[in-house]
Amino acid sequence: MAINIAVLQFPGSNCDQDAFQLFASGLGLATRYVWHKETRLGGADLVVLPGGFSYGDYLRCGAIARFSPVMGAVREHAAAGGLVLGICNGFQILCEAGLLPGALIRNSSLEYRCMTCELSVGDAGPSFNPGALGARVRLPIGHGEGNYRIDEAGLARLESGGQVLLRYTDNPNGSLGSIAGVRNEAGNVFGMMPHPDRAFERFHPSRDGIAIARAVLAAGFPESSRQTA
Amino acid sequence: MKIKVFVTPKRNVLDPQGVAVGHALESLGLKGLKGTRVGKVIELELEAPDSPQLRAQIDKLCGELLSNPVIEDYHFEVTGG
Repeated sequence: MAINIAVLQFPGSNCDQDAFQLFASGLGLATRYVWHKETRLGGADLVVLPGGFSYGDYLRCGAIARFSPVMGAVREHAAAGGLVLGICNGFQILCEAGLLPGALIRNSSLEYRCMTCELSVGDAGPSFNPGALGARVRLPIGHGEGNYRIDEAGLARLESGGQVLLRYTDNPNGSLGSIAGVRNEAGNVFGMMPHPDRAFERFHPSRDGIAIARAVLAAGFPESSRQTA
Repeated sequence: MKIKVFVTPKRNVLDPQGVAVGHALESLGLKGLKGTRVGKVIELELEAPDSPQLRAQIDKLCGELLSNPVIEDYHFEVTGG
């Protein structure tokens, strides 16, 4: 089975090539770019919203990208059970779009944090759990607005539903519950501030990004974890 | 007519920027400061008469685009109808 990956490009995306390479060379999958003005995803199985500063982060991070033409197609794809992964700014966009719960605000330190973080893996479904990924992974972060916020009831739902993907072991940004990534209730939309797309080459700080990407794919294609490179 | 939209962080949401600005105000000698919240003002100029429909439309846009209801509150003022 051939899995197709679409990496979206918004004006101001700057990790689109990293995300492309993670799936194309890291996992050896058919990957292509989709410009934000497109209204179709061309049969993609997984849509990746990459990191960066879409629309200059004007108004709020992700607030304007949310209304890009392509987001209508992303919404339909997600509603039909298709896989979606948002990394960093992509996570912010998915939260603004309401495809993931919560919001990301300024880091409590007010500093831009660029470092490699240790993350504990949540028990977040059949493909994304400590059994598949190990109890801890190491991934780089690079953000000024990664401070995850959600109301109390929303946080309780996330926790009881096993929707927390990753938690910082040493919270770099003030996130509630040290949350670094979440999935939606249905288990097909994933978002995280850390960068699996900066953790797959030999010269990267870790190669844990490969396992993360596989875990996301395996949520829709359980066989994929055995078939990919 | 002019519309001024005020967007502020929700009371129960941490405002790191407000905290930092508050500390700076205190270091400049301001006494008795109990809280600082930093928000934004968005000014719109419209060539359209004021109407309940327009206000409803602005209200909807405030909730959809100009503010994020998870973390922010908003209100707006209309002047010069």
